[in-house]
Amino acid sequence: MATIAELVDVVVTSGGFPVLAGATLELHDHEVTVLTGDNGAGKTSVLRVLAGLSRVTSGRAEVLGVDLMTTDRRVLRRRVGWLGHEGSFYDDLTVKENLTFAAGMADRPVDAIATALDRVGLTSRQNTRTQQLSAGQRRRLGLAWLLIRRPALWLLDEPYASLDARGREFLDDLLRDVVAAGAGVVVSSHDPLGHERFATRTVEMAGGRVLKDQSA
Amino acid sequence: MMRVAWLVARKDLRIETRSRVLLWQVLPFGVIALILSGLAVGPNDDAMRHAAPGLFYLVILLVVLFMIGRAQAVEAPAGTRTSVTMLGGDPAGIFLGKTLALALELIVTAAVLLAGVVVLLHAPLAGTASAIPSVLLTLGALAAGGTLYGALVAGADVQATLLPIIALPPFAGLLIVGEKSFAAAVAGQSSVKWLLFLSVSLLAYLAVGILLYGVTEES
Repeated sequence: MATIAELVDVVVTSGGFPVLAGATLELHDHEVTVLTGDNGAGKTSVLRVLAGLSRVTSGRAEVLGVDLMTTDRRVLRRRVGWLGHEGSFYDDLTVKENLTFAAGMADRPVDAIATALDRVGLTSRQNTRTQQLSAGQRRRLGLAWLLIRRPALWLLDEPYASLDARGREFLDDLLRDVVAAGAGVVVSSHDPLGHERFATRTVEMAGGRVLKDQSA
Repeated sequence: MMRVAWLVARKDLRIETRSRVLLWQVLPFGVIALILSGLAVGPNDDAMRHAAPGLFYLVILLVVLFMIGRAQAVEAPAGTRTSVTMLGGDPAGIFLGKTLALALELIVTAAVLLAGVVVLLHAPLAGTASAIPSVLLTLGALAAGGTLYGALVAGADVQATLLPIIALPPFAGLLIVGEKSFAAAVAGQSSVKWLLFLSVSLLAYLAVGILLYGVTEES
């Protein structure tokens, strides 16, 4: 396994408050890392740093070979996939139109859309407006969005929320395929139980720091 | 850059077509504002004709503020802005695309309002038609400036009240020149110097937007 991201004593402040207070973490390809911890522990903040969305105040942060202290964070974003816990689409566009837009913006081939829709089970809903999808279907659309982009690092913020048992099973399978293909996956989860089935590593966070780092 | 611009413009226009905000909210608002403006001038044909260019641009200004907010609201739902940011599209292309979509929406609105100016305010048809080039340039500059100012206030809690404060002072110059140009066209006079000013303003807004839109988004 190769290192794809390294955070050393990373501090991130928001409104003067340290949301990360010296977080140190190393991530590898072919690995599903689960970040656990209470609300405010810093799980989403770590994901945002890894996505190049948050500015690092101090420490060292390198993701997919991009030094976040010296390089424009936009360089990183094209190579990282982000799935937030909110809906993240244009509600007035159909499923297919949203994916066509995403593929175009990310400079990916449009023929990847049909494959992605098939993989997430939304082919029959491709002409449905996104606002008419259920929460679970929206989550699947988000995953299709990532499948089209094929990022080297997947960052999923509470991806199991609003998924039923079948949806969870589907996501487990998908993540297994993603890491088998060589990508790294980081998942944040409130749920202290249940992630053993797919996680290769569990990182417990508290107070903006890594408390415990455990490989399966 | 142009590929991203086309994608963004097409997406914004498609959303606008589906939501029908332009058709059922913006256009009726503009027409009502124009009628009320005409009533304020009073039942005097000469006074209405004389005031028509200024009233047209006053209503356009109100509509522009409304539509800038609308263009940003499309990206506002939680998570959408982040997801699109993660696509890594060229910020200059995004700026141009949003400007193009806003400009086209403003042109549709202006076409209806110009008809209203002729019918309700009794502006001469030929003079109004000859003002179209200056109207197009003014709308282009307003769209480019509006897209930039809209991005500046996007996400702010006080976006709706902050936008007019930021946008109105620089837009005032554009509207004065637009009105002068319109009035000159209606009077059959040359409006070349005004067209030149509007062209330079449009190019300046486009240049600043292309250079700085990414910075405003990041901040």
